[in-house]
Amino acid sequence: MSSQAVLESASTAPKRGADFGRLHLWGKLLWPALALAILLAIDGICIRGFFSVSIVQGRLTGTLVDIFRYGAPVMVLSVGMTFVLATGGVDLSVGAIMALAGAIAAKAAMPTSLNGMGISPGSGIAIALLVSVLAGMWNGMSVAWLGMQPIVATLVLMVAGRGIARLCIGAANVPLSGTIWTALHNPHLTLPMAPIIVLIVAVVAGLLTRVTSIGLFVEALGGNPVASRYAGVRVGLITFMVYVFCGLCAGIAGIISSADVMIANASSTGMYMELDAILAVVIGGTALTGGRFSLVGSLIGALLIQTLQTTLIYKVPIQQTLVIKAVVVLAVCLLQSAEFRRKSLAVCARLGLSRTRKAAAQVAS
Amino acid sequence: MRSESIKSPLLQLQKVRKIFPGVLALDDVDFSARRGEIHAIMGENGAGKSTLIKVLTGAYPRDGGRMMLDGAEIAPRSPQEAQRLGISTVYQEVNLIPSLSVAENIFLGRQPTRWGRIDWRQIRRRAQAALERLDLSIDVGRQLSSYSIAIQQMVAIARAIDISARLLILDEPTSSLDANEVQRLFAVMRKLRDEGMAIIFVSHFLDQIYAITDRITVLRNGRLIGEYPTSQLSRQDLIARMMGRELADLDVQLQQEESGQRDSHQSISMRDIIGRGIIPSPGTRGEGHGGGFLSTPNQSSAPSPALPRSTGGGSEMPSPILRARSLGRSGSIQPFDLEIGAGEVIGLAGLLGSGRSEMARLLFGIDVADSGDIEIGGRKRVFRQPRQAIALGLAFCPEDRKTSGIIPELSIRENIVLALQARGGLFKSLSRARQDEIASGYIKALGIATPSAEQSIGNLSGGNQQKAILARWLAADPRLLILDEPTRGIDVGAKAEIQKLVLSLCRQGTAIVFISSELEEVVRVSDRVLVLRDRALVGQLRGAAISEQAIMQTIAQERPAEVAR
Amino acid sequence: MKRLRLDQRHVPLAATLVVCVLLYVLTGLQYPSFFSPLVLADLFSDNARLDIAALGSTFVILSGGIDLSVASVMALATMFMATAVERFHLHPAIAIVLTLFVGCGVGYLNGALIHFFDLPPFLVTLATLFLARGCCFLISMSPVAAESPFFQSFGEAGLHLGTITLHLGTIVFAGVAIVCIYAAHLTRFGRTVYAMGGNEQAARLMGLAVGKTKVLVYVFGGLAAALAGIMAMANIPSGDPLNYLGQELDVIAAVVIGGTVLTGGVGYLAGTVLGVLILGIMQDFITFGNRDAAWTQITTGLLLFVFVAMQTVLGRWKPGQRQKLWTRRTSTQSIGITS
Repeated sequence: MSSQAVLESASTAPKRGADFGRLHLWGKLLWPALALAILLAIDGICIRGFFSVSIVQGRLTGTLVDIFRYGAPVMVLSVGMTFVLATGGVDLSVGAIMALAGAIAAKAAMPTSLNGMGISPGSGIAIALLVSVLAGMWNGMSVAWLGMQPIVATLVLMVAGRGIARLCIGAANVPLSGTIWTALHNPHLTLPMAPIIVLIVAVVAGLLTRVTSIGLFVEALGGNPVASRYAGVRVGLITFMVYVFCGLCAGIAGIISSADVMIANASSTGMYMELDAILAVVIGGTALTGGRFSLVGSLIGALLIQTLQTTLIYKVPIQQTLVIKAVVVLAVCLLQSAEFRRKSLAVCARLGLSRTRKAAAQVAS
Repeated sequence: MRSESIKSPLLQLQKVRKIFPGVLALDDVDFSARRGEIHAIMGENGAGKSTLIKVLTGAYPRDGGRMMLDGAEIAPRSPQEAQRLGISTVYQEVNLIPSLSVAENIFLGRQPTRWGRIDWRQIRRRAQAALERLDLSIDVGRQLSSYSIAIQQMVAIARAIDISARLLILDEPTSSLDANEVQRLFAVMRKLRDEGMAIIFVSHFLDQIYAITDRITVLRNGRLIGEYPTSQLSRQDLIARMMGRELADLDVQLQQEESGQRDSHQSISMRDIIGRGIIPSPGTRGEGHGGGFLSTPNQSSAPSPALPRSTGGGSEMPSPILRARSLGRSGSIQPFDLEIGAGEVIGLAGLLGSGRSEMARLLFGIDVADSGDIEIGGRKRVFRQPRQAIALGLAFCPEDRKTSGIIPELSIRENIVLALQARGGLFKSLSRARQDEIASGYIKALGIATPSAEQSIGNLSGGNQQKAILARWLAADPRLLILDEPTRGIDVGAKAEIQKLVLSLCRQGTAIVFISSELEEVVRVSDRVLVLRDRALVGQLRGAAISEQAIMQTIAQERPAEVAR
Repeated sequence: MKRLRLDQRHVPLAATLVVCVLLYVLTGLQYPSFFSPLVLADLFSDNARLDIAALGSTFVILSGGIDLSVASVMALATMFMATAVERFHLHPAIAIVLTLFVGCGVGYLNGALIHFFDLPPFLVTLATLFLARGCCFLISMSPVAAESPFFQSFGEAGLHLGTITLHLGTIVFAGVAIVCIYAAHLTRFGRTVYAMGGNEQAARLMGLAVGKTKVLVYVFGGLAAALAGIMAMANIPSGDPLNYLGQELDVIAAVVIGGTVLTGGVGYLAGTVLGVLILGIMQDFITFGNRDAAWTQITTGLLLFVFVAMQTVLGRWKPGQRQKLWTRRTSTQSIGITS
């Protein structure tokens, strides 16, 4: 018989329970959520007042609020990045687009005497977001229609984007002013603005995947591009759109993170942020090879990264957290690697743990 | 013909057995390759050809039997080890490095060195010599990919020979070559044969088998059917043996069929299915976002002894829903004419690699035709994307479910509604309730064995996956459904259900193109059978003229029969 | 069969050469002083660091991988070197050897994870990017000045040929370049790198030592990055944890502009040298004209785009070779379906 028949018999072997699909999805969410919970628990025990939230001068303050606030840019980025990774691509340029958005918004609002455009900060932000969308379109065009590898196509803007940002506002910090920036930075609300924006972006993205069929097409494309094409899915268009949306998210993240420090800076804004975003999405259970994605998972992933960062700040300088981050990336990679699971299970099996053998067979199949 | 007696066997296989989980892939197969002979291995899908070759080349270990090279027992554990023993293989998709030079490809991994550094001059000189042995004189310094596939294959052969091959296995080397290139390859093969090399040749092209080989081994279902000198095996006999039908048997069967015994083994579940009311009723047709699977108009009609087909000739055919004129693509399929009427089932018959799938790919816009045109609804169309074909009511279940049919991670529901959703555009989404309704409807209607529509499709068995893909297209309510090997690798029950479904669909006006390697199946469901051979349409059978025997005769004809009409 | 045209392998390299010469001539015409041998010598010595790192990365990219950790490893090398000599008063020679070992270690980590666990190179080297950078900060949060006499003589060392000084960096770079070109074209290791970048599956079938070579390639990449870091201390004698932030992009850009195809298998080491030169000349052009340094990044990005677009188009022409998507390395194993 043919190897086809072999495949059939192999695929019928691991038949699983009724709601396996559901369970699997929740299982994917379970681990990051559990990790976050454990981390929070440790924080709660080790750091005094970690969970205390109070209202100071009419504003909500506390460590938890800070996590949401400072984690906002990565959370927004991770929403856009989720779609890109789900199609099996990657967008390296988000950090640069963040810097670009901040720079454009700053330049637009600068008075003409200072080489700016002298328009209202609000329109400046609008222009900045428009430019982010254009940047996304550039990426999308390179990947979907020129057929470049995503990693290279977005590398172009990763390099050039910061250059353009620097061309707009130079290498120095540019202070931002205007009511809209103040409102973004420190609104007359109890809640900080950044998490609210995250919520809006996430809800919009969630609705897009639920109400339209885009979510289905993205997952189909990432799961099997050939079959998707044969089923009539507009593979090129979906790929393009995904990068455009990611660009927009990067723009929003850039505005948030500039508003956070009330400064636009061409080099420091969004530095290594693309890596955080990818990491958040991968922790959230979306595979780098594409397919099923989970927006909630990505948001949890982003929160996990931010919580880790916030936790470590109590003990170690922020820069040294990079080491921890590296370990996390590697751990996540290894857990996602079939080869690793196969090898480690083989080791377990050799140690006589017969129970894991079954699992090894399943993984191998 | 070359004399048989003096050829001593170089490689001998005795009772070789290979077992995959649940499958006996090679069942005590004997085989021998003789020096100075070209030996063909023939067989249809699942015959065990590629398993046998993989055992020969050490890609698979054998599970039983003996393998002797020059009298000494061997058990190669890897292709490299087999190569060291003198067994070299050249595959259809050339396994060389296209970006490196020809000379380097011949010597990669065994470069001659002088004082620790690679001696390029020697490599070039020896590469030139190795190629000249094959009467090939090309610039060996050029990049391999700048040469045609034919030359690349020659280079692969040169590499194999240079590593001192005694047995050369050519696995479908001619699939992507044109006639001249094939002749050139044959010249090389003859030369090597005359030098005393044993060559195993695998090809789907009958003409080539008869042109070049000295001996043919036929496998079927993992068993050895027989070994014959090529000169003593007629084409008809060969085809009959590959397909598992003795011509004499066929005649008997034909008589049985005529006496109405034929439906006894196939009507088990058809009545049940139709009775349960699974098939899209005409009423739901044309509703766009349809997915009708409600009732069937034929509930009351008694099953007829032989399955009904519109046995009438072409004259009464209403205006065809699709008409292809000299549609073709070089290197894929020669130009053909085709008309398909509503409710017609067209079977495509031919051996593996005869161009059946290629025809389907052209019709569906997966490959872009370079000649001819398609006319649908009175207008000429050019398909560059399947999407365009789908928009006009075409649907296609591909041969290879795993790589181009299912999206394994997604649920059955999502797989079923995908085509319907894709046709609806990006923003028009079916409500979740409607999706559930469609999915559970088809799961019930087609009898997809799954606890829930949310199960990911990758966990289903092959037959159920196939049904889900069928459901995907039925939900989109196509006018023309192309099924490429819809019953391969699935169990008997599911097979019968799918055949039945085809017939019910056509009764409701859906045209169907049915591709299958199992002639019996093609005969059973088709109103008209197009016979293909060697990437061309060679004949057409309709109505009462359709029989396995007639199909095989058409395939075996030396010259292409006049294509009817 | 014979068609007269430029071998596809050479098109990107030829384009690089043309761009490089044009850029040099244009800059020289604009600023005549640019043609002076002194400036040329400086061009080489200023870019020696980038050159050495890029040569190492070229092997990685030729093999079909990518190394994002180069810049971090360079920074780590400066930190390690400065600390070892200034704080622990190690003999410079020992410090150099230890630093090179550290580079190899990071490279081995990359290669081993990629090879043994079949992980995507992009992610693994991303992790080591963080790791190496984090280690810099573990060593010291602030820059470590390298003031010992060794570093002074290190900066001044070189061959004095009349008015021109061939700096130590230039000499080391030349040595590395020769070794690299030799290894790439005249050893089996080098040819295996090309082969596995061209078609890893076929390379395996041909019996090449793909796994071993893969690990070695990353080790070499790490070694080159560490050496680049050490050589950079000749120009700027200090270890700074913030050094070379984001320069992995410059390295990759230089390699790609140098005509190496990012999917692997095609490219020349000499092209990388040209690629670095192009970036260097652009830098000079911008500094000579007192232009905004931002233009360096923009033009680098544009050049990158042009070259990658060119490679993509050329890649499509290649018969028989399909494009590789980096993301799909492990996802689908195709199994022969024919009988």
